[in-house]
Amino acid sequence: MTAPLLEVDNLKKYFPIHGGVLQRVVNNVKAVNDVSFDINAGEVVGLVGESGSGKTTVGRTLLRLEQATSGNVRFGGVDVMGLNATDMRSYRKRMQIIFQDPYASLNPREKVREVLTHPLRLHRIGTASEHEDRAASLLEKVGLSRDHLDRFPHEFSGGQRQRIGIARALAVEPEFIVADEPVSALDVSIQAQVINLLEDLKNDLDLTMLFIAHDLGVVEHICDRVIVMYLGRVMEIASAADLYARPNHPYTQALLSAVPIPEPGKRRKRTVLKGDIPSPINPPSGCVFRTRCPMATEDCAKVVPELKSVGDGHTSACIHTT
Amino acid sequence: MDDTAHGAPLTGDLAVPSETAPLLQVENLQTTFELSKKLSVCAVDGVSFEVHAGETLAIVGESGSGKSVTSLSIMGLLPKDVGRVSGGSITLQGRDITRLSDTEMRDIRGKDIGMIFQEPMTSLNPVHTVGQQIAEMVIRHQNLSNAKARARAIEMLDLVGIPEPTARVDTYPHEMSGGMRQRAMIAMALACKPRILIADEPTTALDVTIQAQMLELMQELQDKLGMAIIFITHDLGVVAEVADRVVVMYAAQVVETGPVEDIFANPRMPYTAGLMNSIPRLGSSINKTRLEAIPGTVPALTSLPAGCRFHPRCSFATDVCKVGNPVLEEASPGHMIRCTRWRELTLGERRAS
Repeated sequence: MTAPLLEVDNLKKYFPIHGGVLQRVVNNVKAVNDVSFDINAGEVVGLVGESGSGKTTVGRTLLRLEQATSGNVRFGGVDVMGLNATDMRSYRKRMQIIFQDPYASLNPREKVREVLTHPLRLHRIGTASEHEDRAASLLEKVGLSRDHLDRFPHEFSGGQRQRIGIARALAVEPEFIVADEPVSALDVSIQAQVINLLEDLKNDLDLTMLFIAHDLGVVEHICDRVIVMYLGRVMEIASAADLYARPNHPYTQALLSAVPIPEPGKRRKRTVLKGDIPSPINPPSGCVFRTRCPMATEDCAKVVPELKSVGDGHTSACIHTT
Repeated sequence: MDDTAHGAPLTGDLAVPSETAPLLQVENLQTTFELSKKLSVCAVDGVSFEVHAGETLAIVGESGSGKSVTSLSIMGLLPKDVGRVSGGSITLQGRDITRLSDTEMRDIRGKDIGMIFQEPMTSLNPVHTVGQQIAEMVIRHQNLSNAKARARAIEMLDLVGIPEPTARVDTYPHEMSGGMRQRAMIAMALACKPRILIADEPTTALDVTIQAQMLELMQELQDKLGMAIIFITHDLGVVAEVADRVVVMYAAQVVETGPVEDIFANPRMPYTAGLMNSIPRLGSSINKTRLEAIPGTVPALTSLPAGCRFHPRCSFATDVCKVGNPVLEEASPGHMIRCTRWRELTLGERRAS
């Protein structure tokens, strides 16, 4: 058994709220609160949750696009939270990100050539003459062609732009990619193309991926394992097959039952959650889900439930689970 | 189709088996946008459908298919000077509303046709309380006194499941969560008890658990109030859940329409079948198969392909598809298909889920 590629321990990210005349910190938005998980090499792990669950912040903190408040992230055994700027650069080369919005994540003034050769120059990979070929082969890898090198982002459709975003992330040959809602902004017919592309690339290049998404169908399709988050905390972790067939946590059960099935007349028994996700400034005491949970009892307010094993590699944070 | 008398029962292809006259009938609608002096595009090209009391019609399509422009045309909310209805008719309870003045349209919007949009924050006025905004509707359309209008606002907020409506009536939109705002918008749309509710992607910006609440609420309100709903969405899961009938749009045209069970169990137009096969379904981890993506992209309205507009992306396309304009043909009662080859094609059973 080899060590996981990525180990996250007790990760916390609080965003301070300043107030008063002296602009002192009066409170914190607890976006990520004590999150721990591992990702093995070659695995695609899904991170799901509703808006405000902290899933995007987890992804950004892993890459140190946000500075963690506390906690450890080890990548290939090295603690990346303690790296200085120089060491961080070589680490960035090994970890890349694909963003949600293909319209916002590409510089409108840069031709595709610049978009794709920029990371190569930054990381001093290859010579300038090699860059052109490298960029062209990246485009071919994502289903575009060399002719597209001299075009600007606005000349492409949303799906094509997302392909360019993927090519850019792949330019430095990373081992690990955080894909933050990579298909959410795309039309249904284009979404399938990009999902298939990500699957092919994952297999061809042996990529490890953290796939952040709110679409549970997409996540089940592409992921090996899934982490369910709610209000900054992990509720459940399991293999995709296990999680969708035997969701253990009441939140996961409600979340899955809320997904509309594209089959008329085949409505499942649905647990409709009442109310909205509470504010992450003052999350409920004990289990953060208890205010909307159909199974909540008084005990749920007392302690923060820990992730307990409920099956083979299947953990769930609920005091009522057996 | 000829100019039949308004409200008279339809005959021929477009008729849907029904005893009563439709509430809303859109016939051969054309909406044109003038992008510049020389360039204009037809964003809605010959769209026909009808909506009956108490039913839910879903209009499905990807961005640029013309589904939202269709709804804006019905509501008379096309951007001035740029977009206009350039052909066809929209008949609301026997009256053609395409040629009405702005004042006349204002009497219809909110009273006969209610609307809800994707983003509640952009459709609610941030400087007025939700109560004031609902009250304004009933004062305008039903001449209620201020006190009665306020009472109606509270009644509506209660109806859409907002807790403590007597207190909430005085809150501003920014003080509410996304789900609450969406409820407030529904309350506003239904305040005058319209016969038709047009919902343009009403749940797209919401989380699934909130979406489930909203779909349940809309169905409950429909049962209570009996209004017809035109539900515009790109989410086939939502369509399967709410719709009685479905209109599938592609590149400004209707390409397939029919009862929801028919459309899902037996899609006859390759585009519809392609959409069905390209969505990942729950349960896919047990039996991993590759998604059947539709190749290529939706064509721009300024450079539509000749022949069938879908043919460059269609895996069944042959030379006959590159010429002529396929028309909507009826395959079974109420099920219409725009495909030259539909009689010879077997699109196969839907993937087992």
